[in-house]
Amino acid sequence: MTVSTEAPAPSASPPRRRPGVNFHVLGPLLALILLVVLGALLNDQFLSSGNISNVLARSSFIGIIAVGATFVITTGGIDLSVGSMAAFIAGSMILAINYLLAGMGAGWPLVLVGMAVGLGLGLISGAVNGLLTTRGRIEAFIVTLGTMGIFRALVTWLANGGTISLNFEVGDIYRPVYYGGVAGITWPIIVFALVAIIGEVVMRRTAFGRHCSAIGSNEQVARYSAIHVDNVRLLTYVLQGALVGVATLLYVPRLGSASSATGVLWELEAIAAVIIGGTTLKGGYGRVWGTVIGVVILSLIDNILNLTDVVSPYLNGAFQGVIIILAVLLQRSRKGER
Amino acid sequence: MTGAPALLASERVSRSFGPVQVLFDVDFDLVPGEVHALIGENGAGKSTLMKILSGAQPPSAGTLRLDGGPMRFSSTEEAEDRGIVLIHQELNLADQLTVEANIFLGRELKRGPFLDVRAMRREAHRLLAELETGIDPASRVSDLSVSDKQMVEIAKALSRRARVLIMDEPTAVLTARESQSLFRQIARLRAQGVAILYTSHKLDEVKAISDRVTVLRDGRIVQTTPTAAIDEDGMARAMVGRDLNDLFPDKAPSPEAEIVLEVRGLDVPGHVRGASFTLRRGEVLGLAGLVGSGRTELMEGLMGLRPSTGWIRLRGQTVRIHSPGQAAKLGLAYLTEDRKGRGLLLDKTMRPNLTLLGLDRFSNIFINKRAEERALDDAIARFDIRARRRDVRVGNLSGGNQQKLLLAKTMLVEPEIVIVDEPTRGIDIGTKQQIYGFIEKLAAEGKSVIVISSEMAEVIGLCHRVLVMRSGRITGELTGDAIAEHQIVRHAMGLEGSEIHDRQH
Ligand SMILES: Nc1ncnc2c1ncn2[C@@H]1O[C@H](COP(=O)(O)OP(=O)(O)OP(=O)(O)O)[C@@H](O)[C@H]1O
Ligand SMILES: [Mg+2]
Repeated sequence: MTVSTEAPAPSASPPRRRPGVNFHVLGPLLALILLVVLGALLNDQFLSSGNISNVLARSSFIGIIAVGATFVITTGGIDLSVGSMAAFIAGSMILAINYLLAGMGAGWPLVLVGMAVGLGLGLISGAVNGLLTTRGRIEAFIVTLGTMGIFRALVTWLANGGTISLNFEVGDIYRPVYYGGVAGITWPIIVFALVAIIGEVVMRRTAFGRHCSAIGSNEQVARYSAIHVDNVRLLTYVLQGALVGVATLLYVPRLGSASSATGVLWELEAIAAVIIGGTTLKGGYGRVWGTVIGVVILSLIDNILNLTDVVSPYLNGAFQGVIIILAVLLQRSRKGER
Repeated sequence: MTGAPALLASERVSRSFGPVQVLFDVDFDLVPGEVHALIGENGAGKSTLMKILSGAQPPSAGTLRLDGGPMRFSSTEEAEDRGIVLIHQELNLADQLTVEANIFLGRELKRGPFLDVRAMRREAHRLLAELETGIDPASRVSDLSVSDKQMVEIAKALSRRARVLIMDEPTAVLTARESQSLFRQIARLRAQGVAILYTSHKLDEVKAISDRVTVLRDGRIVQTTPTAAIDEDGMARAMVGRDLNDLFPDKAPSPEAEIVLEVRGLDVPGHVRGASFTLRRGEVLGLAGLVGSGRTELMEGLMGLRPSTGWIRLRGQTVRIHSPGQAAKLGLAYLTEDRKGRGLLLDKTMRPNLTLLGLDRFSNIFINKRAEERALDDAIARFDIRARRRDVRVGNLSGGNQQKLLLAKTMLVEPEIVIVDEPTRGIDIGTKQQIYGFIEKLAAEGKSVIVISSEMAEVIGLCHRVLVMRSGRITGELTGDAIAEHQIVRHAMGLEGSEIHDRQH
């Protein structure tokens, strides 16, 4: 034969990636900066540390959940049940704590047991969603639409249509988990930051993250590439459940109660944050840092509308809707590239 | 016929993608009633030129002329209205719709405000019958085989009553018989004065059916000649720019080494029954047979990609293979025939695609991106992958370069047994030679290779031993000089042989 495979073709070393600013990648970040500038111009209290930590603390529940949603969506799935799941976990946690109070007495051990119950229930709920979609071969949308209704009904039933309240004494012990913190930064913010950083690293730098985006991009290719598609899928739902558990155990001390109104529409907020952050809804591409920015953008809109009276805060939802649609428009124009 | 005025022509047409120019000042013309073949290496720019001629993509510079007047299409619909129809290299069908709905997509026949379903069915039926296929117009496209889908594409194009019909590798996925019926349609259209532009990597086909040949190399036209004035070797030389002596490497003598794989009574429900065969170290084993005879399914069953039962012995040990992951650990790798649907992530770049199968080699806790980049450098050099940008989306690579990337991906896990399914589909002749070289080298290194192929020459030129399959069974085994076209065909058609290894319990 006359071909030498060693001889490098003229094009064997094409130019490496060109440096330069990519506005589609940085879009969410620019939007965030714009909002901060706008907020600062409209209200001088906006940049106060009190307001900023308020915004971040409120972002943290949805944020922690949205990090999980980023993995689910990147893998080509969806989890609509997270809001109801949070309510169900909150209700069950409080009931468990109240029930064990007589035996264990009010104290940190009891709170820790309560937290463990929350985390455990999250894992189990996530596993149920995951097993139904992978082993049961049911569309994720349908499975989680079903469990969304189930969790919501369960918490309503547990609360007997009313509210489940945490015992006062325990509530006092538990309170610092929401209000306390280190160096002026409250625990929810710290946990959110940790979850986000770990999530980003896992998504970008581990085989699991790579597998998630491969499956979301083309499940068949992933299967033929010896990826355990079902296991990875299952894991994303379990991770999502666990993170709902974490968010809930930070949330419970805030109000000290749970009812059928707890966590309503959280799933949509989480999904919206993921999409604003640049993750594609049909899967295949996800970035956790984008999700974090998405969450913060959503709560900033809320915050700015509340701080200023230029526009009615009742229009909050409309602004968020506009942002979501803009984000998707940006995503689409990214497609033609390269 | 070359004296006739051009129906469709390009003048100094160029095309760039970002900073990369892929077509340079192309002057090209098509006259009525000719079959014009466009040939060139993978990535030469054939598909790009065809897309420009049919309005699917605008040129970056230059003009197109239709009937002598300059024209500018803003869409393919507009081009179709002017009688120019393109059959894309990639299939472009709506998978969830029926065959007839696809054929009339965007051109539905109507009666008043309603769809005239009956007329469409009748017409679809007629078109498919003309192509001598047995496809039911009411079946869903997702249920069809790749070659049937291609026939639907062709029927769809024929239904548009084109003046200019442009076909991008229509025969790459067709069986010999289907290709023949396509050629009869081409002859009929040509007699009606339709101008046909056509590309294929099968040079014998080009020689047989075209009137003129244009050769494209690296985005430039190197020559246009009457087909009568050039032979296949000449075409290959013009495409590649150098002499291509032997397409196939010298066959090593049949190895006497130990048996590395033994399969007994493998059943893949619905596709394969009682397949038994052995594979030696250093052997190249061919798997021939008609499309649909169960060759792919047999190997997918073996790889744990489909449910299967049977007895498998690997290097002396009985094993059960449930998943492709397990197969990979056992040193088996399978290169799929469906590189776009199952082989590569088209919307990702080369690096994640290359390492997807062997990712555990690049990660402990974290993926080592630098090692990945190095592996990509190696793969680009070893498999001669020609991408003009390193971060190009794999879907934008030319077909041949996709195939080389897929090969690199499969070889990255250093398998002992490699199963390659239609390894040279849609691949130019120079690259084919390279791929045959790789296969030969693998065998020489002591790996074992199973080659599934519908290309007779490939099976004959490459394999030490050939198994022939027919309707889900292995019906013949040929070795040495018995590996010849007529023998393989006789077995594949069922004129000779029976199940040589029947089911064993
Ligand atoms: N959308 C795109 N963006 C960037 N580069 C592209 C795009 N489409 C094609 N290319 C590049 O243009 C070149 C020519 O591609 P083209 O598909 O025309 O080749 P081809 O001759 O049809 O090859 P093959 O025989 O493999 O089909 C290739 O290098 C390819 O990577
Ligand atoms: Mg092409």
